[in-house]
Amino acid sequence: MATLAPPVTDTGRDTPPAAPTTRRRGHRGGSKAGKPGPVTYTLLTLVALVSIFPLYWTLVAGSHTNAEIAATPPPFLPNASLFDNFQAALEQAPIGKAILNSVLVAGSITVGTVLFCTLAGFAFAKLQFRGKGVLLGLVIGTMMVPTQLAVIPLFMMIAELQWVNQLQAVILPTLVSAFGVFFMRQYLISALPNELLEAGRVDGASTFRIFWSIVVPVARPAMAVLAMLTFLTAWNEFFWPLIALTTANPTVQVALAGLGSGYVPQRSVIMAGTLLGTLPVLIVFTILGKQIVGGIMQGAVKG
Amino acid sequence: MTIASGTVREAAIAAPPPRSAAPPARPRKRRQLTRNRWGYAYVAPFFLVFAAFSLYPFMYTAWVSLHETSLSNINGGTWVGLENYRDLLQSEFFWNATRNTFTIGILATVPQLCMALGLAHLLNYKLRGRTFFRTVMLMPYATSIAAATLVFSQLFGRDYGLINTMLEAVGLQAIDWEAGTVSSQVAIAVIVTWRWTGYNALIYLAAMQSIPGELYEAAEIDGASKWKQFLHVTIPSLRPTILFTIVVSTIGAVQLFGEPLLFAGNGTTSGGSSGQYQTLGLLMYQQGWSNFHIGQAATTAWAMFMIILVIVGVNAVIGRLRARADR
Repeated sequence: MATLAPPVTDTGRDTPPAAPTTRRRGHRGGSKAGKPGPVTYTLLTLVALVSIFPLYWTLVAGSHTNAEIAATPPPFLPNASLFDNFQAALEQAPIGKAILNSVLVAGSITVGTVLFCTLAGFAFAKLQFRGKGVLLGLVIGTMMVPTQLAVIPLFMMIAELQWVNQLQAVILPTLVSAFGVFFMRQYLISALPNELLEAGRVDGASTFRIFWSIVVPVARPAMAVLAMLTFLTAWNEFFWPLIALTTANPTVQVALAGLGSGYVPQRSVIMAGTLLGTLPVLIVFTILGKQIVGGIMQGAVKG
Repeated sequence: MTIASGTVREAAIAAPPPRSAAPPARPRKRRQLTRNRWGYAYVAPFFLVFAAFSLYPFMYTAWVSLHETSLSNINGGTWVGLENYRDLLQSEFFWNATRNTFTIGILATVPQLCMALGLAHLLNYKLRGRTFFRTVMLMPYATSIAAATLVFSQLFGRDYGLINTMLEAVGLQAIDWEAGTVSSQVAIAVIVTWRWTGYNALIYLAAMQSIPGELYEAAEIDGASKWKQFLHVTIPSLRPTILFTIVVSTIGAVQLFGEPLLFAGNGTTSGGSSGQYQTLGLLMYQQGWSNFHIGQAATTAWAMFMIILVIVGVNAVIGRLRARADR
């Protein structure tokens, strides 16, 4: 069951790593490999270009007419047809509604996951109770189970409840995550001093008081990281929403999947729609990118 | 908007690091303080949702796989025992999808993890604009499968795809990427690689930064070249992390679904005209939601889980053996 655990915990460090980007500069870390040469910069720039290009191409192709992108040599700069294509995409698929739905779905999932996983992560990190080891093993073990194994009964369930095409059908099953519990546990084990908990107990605070006024403030940085990663994952979730929803009430991903299946696929319109559906995450990513990078690296070291 | 509020962080660092929650080492007083039934209350919300929407479905899928059930008659299947499993093992579609899942999986993970390792090495230099490079490399990860696949399916397009245009520009022949077995699988592997390389590079980078500098200094004194240092210091130190990424990528590869579904652009479940890139995930979806054979789909889902278990098991054994050999 706990096959995933050894490699994960082996990488775990007990001290919380400092915010990776700023603090390291100057001393210790990052310097092991010494000063980079021009080759390093060239290679990295190349990788950066490859990373960005498909997204840039979405903009280029989405802002031309079909005939224009088919020209040789193809255009490499955005053009004026962008808004016409946006309009056409919005007519073909309810992308506006989809974005609203995705915000609702990903937002609810994020709130639920962060709350429930912090509660459970705290209990697994700091409280003693019977069966704790077994329960934790269960949580870690299910990280290996493919989504495919759950969707059939889930579909039966939502069919029974008449939730097909309703947002709660995609919110509820994703409201918790095994990764989140493990992540919060790893963080709180080291970040939350037992002395602080004991002090709270001595002062006679109830267990839930202790949670709100001691655990949550300490857990806040990890909760923020978990929130960002959860939101991103929930926004991009594909398989289950595709089954549970239809293009009549889609999330962004379901709407995008429908966009390509028109009778006469129009390349530029598909690209414009893709751009519309991706823009919200790209904007969030531009603002919070540094924090997301830090969060992933922190999560990596912690498990 | 910073996530690390300074005071909390310092408090966390300044406090004597409690190494683990291991109770036996603790004095009795603390055990009394933390041992209580509240633990159940804290894990209850998680486990209620978890049991209803994960554990129960996992089990129920096994039950469904022993029935002949169709999507239109969802609760009234007839018991057929292991017949679905026998049918599956005799089905050429299943073996085709298994083969494709493996080949695409290898094409998508091996080069990806190798490149991620090299990339992490580059990112570990004292770089100007390091935040920029790291953030840009993570952008594919933020792009959804659907968006990425739609873009790439156009880049790989036969007639006006940019990649073919470029091939022709340098005097090579255009390739009908979607039609060929190898070419379509390579193209799908490229999509996966594009989305995940930066993410894995960051994971490796984080692990690299926690390698103590003394190891490199010692190697330097011994006259080891940079390449030797990478081979004999970096790689062994990263072994647990590498194993972890292999396991995670493999689990992802077995479930590959969105990329092959959308690669042709129109969401057909057959995975190409001759199933040349139909994966197990896609086959399962086709059985259940195109052909309405829910029982068959459940069987395929269980087969996928078994494959994951075997692969994870093999990885764990290899990891343990190698770790032992090192000592």
